[in-house]
This record gives sequence, structure tokens and C-alpha cells, in this order.
Amino acid sequence: MGMTLVQVVVSGLLLGAVYSLFSSGLTLIWGMMNVVNFAHGDFVMLGMYTAVVVWTALGGGPWASVPVAAILIATLGIVSYFLLVRHIMRGPMLAQILGTFGLALFLRYGALWIFGANFKTLPDDLVGHSFIVGGIRFEGARVLAGLVGLAVTLLLHFILTRTSVGSRMLAVSEDAVAAQLMGIRPQRMQALAWGLAGAATGIAGALIATFFYTSPTVGETLSIVAFVTVALGGFGSVLGALVAGLLIGVIESLSAFLIGPVYKDVIVYTVFVLVLWFRPQGLMGKA
Amino acid sequence: MVKIVHGAIRAGAALVALAIALPAFAQETVKIGAVYPLSGNSASTGNYAKMAFEMGADIINNGNPELAKIFPLAKGGGLPGLKGAKIQMVIADNQGTPAAGQNQTLRLITEEKVAALICCYQSGITLTASAVAERYGVPFLNAESVAANLTERGFKWFFRTTPVAADFAKAYSTFLKEQQAAGRKVDSIALVHENTEYGNSVSSVISDAFKKDGLNITMNVAYSANSTDVQPQVLQLKEKNPDVVIFVSYTSDAILYAKTMKEVNWKPAILIADDGGFNDPAFTKAMGSVTEGLISRSVFAPGKPGSVPAILDALYKKKTGGDGLDDVSARVLQGFFVVADAINRAGSTDPAKIRDALKATDLKPDQLVAGYDGVKFDDKGQNVLASTLVTQLRNSQYVSVWPKARATDPLVLPYKGW
Repeated sequence: MGMTLVQVVVSGLLLGAVYSLFSSGLTLIWGMMNVVNFAHGDFVMLGMYTAVVVWTALGGGPWASVPVAAILIATLGIVSYFLLVRHIMRGPMLAQILGTFGLALFLRYGALWIFGANFKTLPDDLVGHSFIVGGIRFEGARVLAGLVGLAVTLLLHFILTRTSVGSRMLAVSEDAVAAQLMGIRPQRMQALAWGLAGAATGIAGALIATFFYTSPTVGETLSIVAFVTVALGGFGSVLGALVAGLLIGVIESLSAFLIGPVYKDVIVYTVFVLVLWFRPQGLMGKA
Repeated sequence: MVKIVHGAIRAGAALVALAIALPAFAQETVKIGAVYPLSGNSASTGNYAKMAFEMGADIINNGNPELAKIFPLAKGGGLPGLKGAKIQMVIADNQGTPAAGQNQTLRLITEEKVAALICCYQSGITLTASAVAERYGVPFLNAESVAANLTERGFKWFFRTTPVAADFAKAYSTFLKEQQAAGRKVDSIALVHENTEYGNSVSSVISDAFKKDGLNITMNVAYSANSTDVQPQVLQLKEKNPDVVIFVSYTSDAILYAKTMKEVNWKPAILIADDGGFNDPAFTKAMGSVTEGLISRSVFAPGKPGSVPAILDALYKKKTGGDGLDDVSARVLQGFFVVADAINRAGSTDPAKIRDALKATDLKPDQLVAGYDGVKFDDKGQNVLASTLVTQLRNSQYVSVWPKARATDPLVLPYKGW
């Protein structure tokens, strides 16, 4: 029992790291522009398909697909910003919600059209086999995704808090008009935020594809977790998403193991509601 | 002047005559509605079903000489009972949700005015959609939902061709008893099932049947098919290490379980997957190499060359670009032929006449694509001649291994996996 429990916690942590990787793009966009990107899950889905295509067409593993997905989805993010988001931001909140939701449906059914409804999977030894350390089993693909997740999250945090580009982006998010008076071009910064978020999301997708199935609707399955992670961590806080992701991963794994898989969501959402009850801004969000 | 008037009258009369005569020449069509998961988690199954429907309609409308020797409706030229009316399939998307299934059923009945419905793959959706058809009095045939309660509602327009959970449970139980008699351990059995209508009802029927037969279910795990992670469950299984595991799953969760069992490096001696996702071609293609020796059930075995299943299997491969008929698509196609046969015998698109024809259905095994003993409905609308085979995955292809009389290949145990 003891060893298995440690194994459960470890796999929960790895799962959680993937959740935070998955969510960082969503929280970044919210933090920068107060826009909830409902198409986020479908951005991840396209990142996953990028990995599938890179593997089937070129036989390339994550070393090839991660950079390709980062560039592709970053481009998609910037294009969506200029063609859609920039315009709907002038409208009411409802227009923003429906606008990105419409984008989500467009991408999802576009993928259904192009790739078909079939589930695709990558070969499970693409990243290397699992290994055992101290009696605990680690699976290559998940460890890679978890580590990259940590790295990307910390990198985003560093860019936002320690670089001048980050300061300019934050300035735009605080007060776009004042930032403009200081010589910062808000649109350029916002486009950059969409590009960065897209890159992080593309990386997440390409890595998740190495151990998860890929289908046009997979974004839907994953995005609920992303929203919970972001809300729990505090909308806009990249570090918050990291902590929340790890927390949710461990709670989910432990409750599924100890109580039963159908109850794991109940436990996760109970914790979620309780945290928001006492800290409506989330664990690390600004009040 | 008189001549001109005369001419005009004649021309008019000719026109009127033509207008009256036209409908007789116009190709009449019979609309059959189908509501399947074309999007959502079961979309791949739904799209294979869609191809089966299109192929079935094409066979009846345009004919297939080879098939026509055994199967009269395959002569081509539409339905002979309705003066050669062609069949038009109207296929709607239930999106994998009961609400969408219900709405689409309503749309097909009221807007498209379909003569009959074939629906819906997921038991939970069949449950709600059939209630709409019952209210409007439209014949509703279900070809693949196995939840027991579907035929227990006293519905008058509901028909089901597939074998049901009790038939499968009986097959598994007899199969396992035989293994026990042959000296294999089946002392502890884990039942892992998804927690909607399909998983819950099938697993409860299996537990009841096993209890009656003295087989010991030591572990019962319900989970949500939309799970993002199943590692804790597989670790739980690894710790308890049961002799037999039975899965009742859809496709996405089946893939996750297969992947995770390899990740965690654990396998039972006998692994049974109750059809569903494990029989989806997308599953066998993606995961076949790591689930060698998986035991499942199927109503489909291609059979001898020249038989109905063999001919249709070859046609279906052409249609899909390589994937043959499987358990679900064979049952779907069978459901379609049963409806087409009933409409043909009814000789009308009147719902009541089609229902009466369905009630009188009596198809013989050699005319069927599914491996049933026939099609004949009881008062509740259940096909009493439905039956199933036990199959085993060999090189990513299911072969039938039990019962011995209908087996094409020998059974290989223990489960090999990867």
C-alpha cells in the first residue's frame, strides 16, 4: 500500500505539471488583456495534431514537433488576435465570450473536416521507455512533459516579471492609454501576448500528444481542467497556475485511488469552491 | 381564331395530363432517419456507422449482383414493394449527448418527415430519443444499444436487433467457467466500467449473472469516460492483482487504459473487454500492438467467401479505404437491412404499416451480415434470435475463438499485452 501510494502521488504531480503547462497560455492571455480564450483547448488540440502530423509525415519525435507546434500555434494566436480578438475587444463582454467560443467551434470542426473523427495516437516509445527510481516507476513521456511544463511556466513568469518586454506587457494590461502615452504600442504588446500564449500552448499540445489520444474534440475534454486550474491559481498568475495544476493533479490522483474515480471530480471541485470561498481571487491572484 | 383557341385548349389539356402523369414517373424516395455520434467522444464510431448506412442504401438503390443471389433486396432499383422507390438516408449528429439526440430525432420526424428511425449507438441517448419517436408514433429501430431497460418500458414503436447485456453476461460467465474447468485461476475478478447508462447497466447485469454462477467479483470500479487520467485505477488494479479484469468502456477511455496498463507495466492473466471502445477500428489500429490476446465479444466474423458477411465486408473495406466491418458497424448495417426489409414488405411509408411489418420480421441466419441466429421480435421489440461470439485480438485483428462450434482460431491464454 505504502509504495503504491507514493507512486500515486508521483503520477499526480506529473499529471499536475502537465495541467499547469496546459493552462499557462490561458492565464497569460487573461492576465494581459482580461479576455477569456474559450478556444484555448482547441489551440492545444491543434498542437497535438501538429505532433501527430510531424510524426506520420516525417517520423519526427517531440524534438521536432515541439518547435514546429510552438511556431505554428504562436502564429495562429497572433493571427486570431489581429483578425478576431482585436475587434471583439471593443464590444461588450458577451461578444468576447461568443467570439472566442465561435473560434473554438471553427477550429474543432475544421479539425474534424481535415483529420476525420478517428482517434490518433503516437507510438508509446517515442520519448523513451519508462524507468524505475527507488521503486517508483516514471514514464518517459510524462516526465518530459512535466519538466518542460515547469520550465515553460517559470520562463513565462521570468519574462513577465524580470524583462522590459514583460513590464511593457504588464503596463498595457494595467492601463492601455497610459502605456500608450509612455510610448508603448498596446496592440503590439497584446499581439505578443497572444503569440507567447500560443507558443506555450503549442508546446503543451505537442507534449501531451506523446501520451494521450488525439481527436478533434480532445480540447473539450482537457479545457475544463484548464479553466479550473487557472481560476484556482488566480486568473492571470502564471505561478498560480503552476501551484494549482500540481494541487489538482495530486488531489485527483489520490481521491481516485483512495475513494473512487467517479468521486475525484467531486473532491477537486469541492476544494476549488472552498478555496474560492475564502480567496475569490484564487491562490495567487491579485485581489 | 377558332383554330388557335382549339390549339390552346389542346396544349393546355396536354399540359394537365402531363402534370398528372409526372408523379408516376418521378423517382419516389423513402427517407430513413439515423441519429448517430458524428462528433463528440464517440465520433469515430458514428462516422463508421454513417459509412455503413450509405453503403446499405447504395446496395438497395443501385444493386449488387453477387449479393442479389442470396439477398433479394440487393437486386438494385430501389424497394420493389414501393414501385422501386429509392432509399434516402438522413443522418443527424447526436453529439454524444442525450439532449442533442432528442432534438435531432424531433427534427428528423417533424421537418424531414422520415418514415422510420435508426438510432443512436449510446444507450443513454437511445433512451431519450426513442421516447420522442414513441410520442409521434414513428417506428424506431435500435441496432446496438445494450442497456436492458430499453425494452422494458412498454413502448409500442421500439425494436432492437442487437443481443443485450444478459446475452453477453451469459457468454462471459460460461466462457470463464470453461477456463476454470480447464485449470485456470478465475478466483478474483475486477469489473471496471464507465459510469453512464451503457457501463452501469452492462456491469450490473454481469455482476448478477456471475453471482448466480458462483463467479467472484472482488472489485467494482466505476469511472467517467471523459477522464483525463486513469493511472490511479490501474495502480489500484496492480495492487489487488485480480486474475480476470473485465472492462466496459468507450473508445477514448479504452485507449487511455491500454496505454496506462503498459506504462504501469501490469496485466491480468485474462483480460476481457466488453466490446464498445475496444472494438472500434481506431482502437485496434492504435493500440492493437499493446493489447495482443485481449478477449472481447463480437457479432461479426467475416465467414466463408461468398457469404453475406464476406461480400459486405469486402464492399465496406472499399468504402472506408481499408477498414473492414466490425462488431458495431455490422450491427448497424444489420439494423438498416431490417428496416429496409420491413418498409419493403409494408409497401408504404405509413408508420403503422411499417411497424406491423417490423413485427412480422423473420430473417434467416444466411441472409444476415451480423452473426445472429436470425431476426424475430418479441412483444417488447427485442430480437429473440440475437446472439454473440467471443473473440480474441490477434495481430490487431479480432478472430472468433468461442464457442468452439463457431470458432475460427484457437484460444491463446494468458493475456500477452505488449
